[in-house]
Amino acid sequence: MKPKKVLLLGSGALKIGQAGEFDYSGSQAVKALKEEGIEVVVINPNIASVQTSEGFAYRTYFLPITPFFVEKVIEKERPDGVLLGFGGQTALNCGLALDESGVFAKYGVRVLGTGTDAIRKTEDRDLFKRELLSISVKTPKSRPVSTTKDAMEAAERIGYPVMIRAGFALGGEGSGVCKTKRELESRAKAALDKSDKILVEEYLGGWKEIEYEVVRDAEDNCITVCNMENFDPLGIHTGESIVVAPSQTLSNSEYHMLRELSIKVIRHFGIVGECNIQFALDPKGEDYRVIEVNARLSRSSALASKATGYPLAFVAAKIAIGKALIEIENSITKTTKACFEPALDYVVVKVPRWDFNKFPKVSRRLGTEMKSVGEVMAIGGTFEEALQKAVRMLDIGAQGIIHNIDLDIEKELKSPTDRRLFAISLAVSRGFSTRRISNATGIDPWFIDRMRNIVEFSGKIRANRESLLQAKRLGFSDSQIAFFAGKKEGSIRKLREKFGIFPVVRRIDTLAAEFPASTNYLYATYHGKESDVAFNGRGKVVVLGSGTYKIGSSVEFDWCAVEAANELRNLGKKTIMINCNPETVSTDYDVCDSLYFEELTLERVLDIYGMENPDGIVVSVGGQIPNELSSSLSKNGAKLLGTSAESVDCCEDRNKFSKLCDSLGISQPRWSSLSSRKEALDFASNAGYPVIARPSYVLSGEAMRVIYDATELSEYLRENTKPSDERRVVISKFIENAREVEFDGVSGKGNVWKHVMTEHIENAGVHSGDATMVTPPQRLPKSVRDDILGKSKRLSKALNISGPFNIQFIVKGNDVSVIECNLRASRSMPFVSKVIGSNLVSLSVRSMLGMGNGISREKRIVVGVKAPQFSFSRLKGADPMLGVEMSSTGEVGCIGNDFNDALLKAMISSGIPVPRKGVLLSISGDERREEFLESARRLSGLGVDIFATEKTRAFLGRNGISAKEVSAELPASLDLAICIPKSSRKEELMRKYGIRRALADRNIPIITNLELAEALTESLSKIREKDAEIRPIEEY
Amino acid sequence: MGAKGSLVLEDGTVFEGVSFGCPRSSTGEVVFNTGMVGYPESLTDPSYRGQILAFTYPMIGNYGVPKDRKSNGISTVFESGSIHVSGVVVSDYSKNCSHWNAAMSFGEWLNGNRIPALEGIDTRALTKRLRESGTMNGSIIIGKGGMERSRNPIEEVSTEKPVVYGRGKKRIALIDCGVKNSILHSLISRDVSVIRVPWDYDIFSLDFDGLLVSNGPGDPKRAHAAIENTKKAIELDIPTFGICLGNQIMAIAAGGDTYKMKYGHRSQNQPCLLEGTKRCYITSQNHGYAASLDGAGNEWKTLFTNLNDGTNEGIVHRTGRFFSVQFHPEANPGPTDTSFMFDRFLGMLK
Repeated sequence: MKPKKVLLLGSGALKIGQAGEFDYSGSQAVKALKEEGIEVVVINPNIASVQTSEGFAYRTYFLPITPFFVEKVIEKERPDGVLLGFGGQTALNCGLALDESGVFAKYGVRVLGTGTDAIRKTEDRDLFKRELLSISVKTPKSRPVSTTKDAMEAAERIGYPVMIRAGFALGGEGSGVCKTKRELESRAKAALDKSDKILVEEYLGGWKEIEYEVVRDAEDNCITVCNMENFDPLGIHTGESIVVAPSQTLSNSEYHMLRELSIKVIRHFGIVGECNIQFALDPKGEDYRVIEVNARLSRSSALASKATGYPLAFVAAKIAIGKALIEIENSITKTTKACFEPALDYVVVKVPRWDFNKFPKVSRRLGTEMKSVGEVMAIGGTFEEALQKAVRMLDIGAQGIIHNIDLDIEKELKSPTDRRLFAISLAVSRGFSTRRISNATGIDPWFIDRMRNIVEFSGKIRANRESLLQAKRLGFSDSQIAFFAGKKEGSIRKLREKFGIFPVVRRIDTLAAEFPASTNYLYATYHGKESDVAFNGRGKVVVLGSGTYKIGSSVEFDWCAVEAANELRNLGKKTIMINCNPETVSTDYDVCDSLYFEELTLERVLDIYGMENPDGIVVSVGGQIPNELSSSLSKNGAKLLGTSAESVDCCEDRNKFSKLCDSLGISQPRWSSLSSRKEALDFASNAGYPVIARPSYVLSGEAMRVIYDATELSEYLRENTKPSDERRVVISKFIENAREVEFDGVSGKGNVWKHVMTEHIENAGVHSGDATMVTPPQRLPKSVRDDILGKSKRLSKALNISGPFNIQFIVKGNDVSVIECNLRASRSMPFVSKVIGSNLVSLSVRSMLGMGNGISREKRIVVGVKAPQFSFSRLKGADPMLGVEMSSTGEVGCIGNDFNDALLKAMISSGIPVPRKGVLLSISGDERREEFLESARRLSGLGVDIFATEKTRAFLGRNGISAKEVSAELPASLDLAICIPKSSRKEELMRKYGIRRALADRNIPIITNLELAEALTESLSKIREKDAEIRPIEEY
Repeated sequence: MGAKGSLVLEDGTVFEGVSFGCPRSSTGEVVFNTGMVGYPESLTDPSYRGQILAFTYPMIGNYGVPKDRKSNGISTVFESGSIHVSGVVVSDYSKNCSHWNAAMSFGEWLNGNRIPALEGIDTRALTKRLRESGTMNGSIIIGKGGMERSRNPIEEVSTEKPVVYGRGKKRIALIDCGVKNSILHSLISRDVSVIRVPWDYDIFSLDFDGLLVSNGPGDPKRAHAAIENTKKAIELDIPTFGICLGNQIMAIAAGGDTYKMKYGHRSQNQPCLLEGTKRCYITSQNHGYAASLDGAGNEWKTLFTNLNDGTNEGIVHRTGRFFSVQFHPEANPGPTDTSFMFDRFLGMLK
């Protein structure tokens, strides 16, 4: 029976192992159910997600995905069904807990799709293996254990090396290979800290890793939508692997043996909906093992959807409400049905994106745990073409697999890191044989040989027609070709034009051209002689999406891109989206009129621009990658919509921007760009320490640091950069104990149409992406707010802004200075838009099209708090200390009638729970301890155990607060830690790194900022979890 | 790099490419297959006799060509003793292959069997052309060599004399119009004896319990003898099962008809709905003609229907004793979901 009202559990903030793919799956589910006339209630504190956009679902709750809050929503909404499979492991675990505690039964809520019994059988490793054994399907030899001693015994029986796996864990957290007893002992111990039960398993390193995406309906129709092969062998987490679809090295019998097994397993478990199954396949025979089954939408299913054009999440949602596969339309062809298996006539390559440069202490070594923070997907006619495209999409400065960086080839091949592709190409060019590389890496020779084709051709590139065409077919960019042929990038484009070498545009049609497609899901390739599309029509606007997610650029820019496309459509424009990130909603082909799953590079955007001949291009909604293309696109004749490229350039260029501020009488913290060590030291001592230093040439602002004295600066300059004319270092005055304020605005022809101010809770010194923030500001006097608005208006006028912009201000007392200004949508735009109930992106689009200020009234007056989500437990070795470098991987935003309510909900949503057992305090320096005293009193009033490090404990004791001592071993019953260093001097930070890291390894949330700790303890003392307001955004 | 060559369609369209098989010219009906794996199986499938086969999956040859292995004297890796296509067309030939079981590269295999092949062809553009204009004849032209014309293809691929396989008690007569080895394996592994006979053999001179009419190339209406024998088997109430061409022969024997499809079904992802249910199976297919029950008596019913285009995918007699499917339950290449059809057939033998 079709339900009337369905609750959908989202996945919360983006973190490593659980990212934007669940915004895709959740939003598809909402669309699929809405189409059936079902009311969908969404719970998700991820305020930047598309699924929580106003008017999208029937009701939207920005609340934590915890059993407590979900039950509250069930009590209020009384849905008759619930979907657990669209919000990742978070939703699944929460749903299982609610099922076990009888909440679903109590309120008569039916779990739609795959039942909880089936989910449990796939989640509990032990049950899982027994089930598969009962149908004679092989799994790795293994033993479940719950003590370290049993783990050691099991390993003896199975034989080293063995693999440790923790059940119910996101993205393989706590898993690892152990070659020796000692390794096993420490790993088992760590894993058992997080999980009651772990598995010791036979190690299948070097086997191929193959995945199938399987769909089954209640009629027992069962199809495999896609298979995928990992480029990297088993032993490297699939989220860390380069993945290729379809499989490349499997014969028909292997492909169909695994397909048949997939269907057998999925039927046995009784999955209703979508699931993913992973296999290990012996590279020297047809032996296999089933590694795992994910009875829910997953990262792989998002990838498979984008790779094939088959909307897995959409179909899974339809199946969940009882539809059969034969009753669901193939939304690409519109003439055939969803009951078929896509045939691809192209190859898809996914490459993960890592941000190791942000975490200097983290090992770059890839293994069984996930560390990547994003991914890209490239489509091509050959593996070579797709792989080279993918490398460029990563936005790491590499133009393809040939990227000369300093590395130890032998070591890289044996112990792969994020640089292994470059190591392989280097090895090829140094004469390593395919066999040698394959033996060292475990990567199939087929892939190595394909990479060899690229490397070997690079030396033969010439500026003639045949050579250019061949180079383009191998995926070389114009700039790479220019490099190898000794020419300039622009001249290669001219040559191509002369020779008539252009990419063709093809449709992803799910059926390899067997049937015509009615959907414009497109990619470009040089392996063709004609395009599938005619490129006619007028009134087209191109929107550039965000590209890969990485630290600092994530789902918020996807929301902006989707909202921009929606508004353009509303205004009658034909929209063309360009993006290359498979975890996004903007790459759903129904979001726009044409979707190019393509590179966000000057070359490719110009290619598309040239073919489509649009009215203009929007570069200001996809974050920094499109923003940085502004000038070059404009110079090459592309028409930017909204603010001019000159203005963008003025804000990106520090010198130009400073001149502008000076001319407008707007102050900035003192800064200078310096080309020698002496200049740097002189400037810093003149300006006065502390200062912030950063190299001017490093991508994505890495290696930025606060520096407190000349010794530290000398050391910094030695370690990070040797300043010269080409490699200048930028030093600016760091203002201590100041507040930061974000100004998000939309202007039309220079006039500010709309603005929202957001105040950081932490003092300046915490990166805006890591700061907890509140809108409207709670502590800013009117005079300061007026000053900020006045300065923003002057900047807007001077830059003649038409569209979105964000200015960061620093406020000390009554002094307001500008830190930076970005003429694009900011990270906080979805947050502020949803809090005030007025969509700033829609408004921006109207401005960009030169229309009047049509919509603008704020709907509501509430308090919104945005909080960061960290993934430190994944990043072994990283210091979980906040600083000027961004380190959070996601964010949440919650709404309340007052600050304390909103803050508490936001904190719980970001994984900082209301403490019930114990809180650890480690506050350094007398001054800090004094400042923290009031907070400590509030905590002790909560009735939880207080643990404290030696000096903190003594201080608390003197003030009448009793605390237990923390020895070398962390107490078992901890649910929160507050560790505040005396300052962010390097030596200060080193002192307590050990304890912070130990906490992160134990997955205990840590607060390292005094202002945030104070705000949190105040909220905790004023409001209890059970009193938190349970209201959907629609009711505020 | 190989010699330059081209594919010329009868409507005059020319696709330029590079030779990677035997450098000679050849002619045939140009068809496309959308399967992503299984080129050794496809090329040795007798149903492709005389056709130039284009693969829509762009990289072909990745895992080379396997060493031959036999069971009951029948190859388990190839579908017959030779390559039947008259030419191969791909976008990107994988000259480096990698597989534990590879005996040689795809190009070497083609060369050894004197089969011409072209790479560097926009197979998507070719597919769209065939989809829009219908299947047509064409030639691979490499160098100056002359062209060969095909004769009755069924005659070319059928066995010359009867062969017996297996030791099971039940005996199946198999009319070989170009049978795939996997059909033989599917039967033998179910413990029956198979008497494989030429397509026009007088089967009633044999003692058998059930009849299987095999797949095969070309126009079913040219298989007069097989049609007549099928009619007679039905009259004699002998359980009869047809596969692919066998489905078309069964339809004609039932009084129905066949027609040439615009561009056929050649893929591993064809959804077939079991009539009267909501069960749909993913099937492997290779046919250019389709069956129709127009004119057949009302004791005949549709068994399966193609969910994509509504064409007939199988028929069944009211008694259930005579039935046939347009798809390949023996798979290879392709999915194995419908292997139960063999059980259904053998279940009727008493």
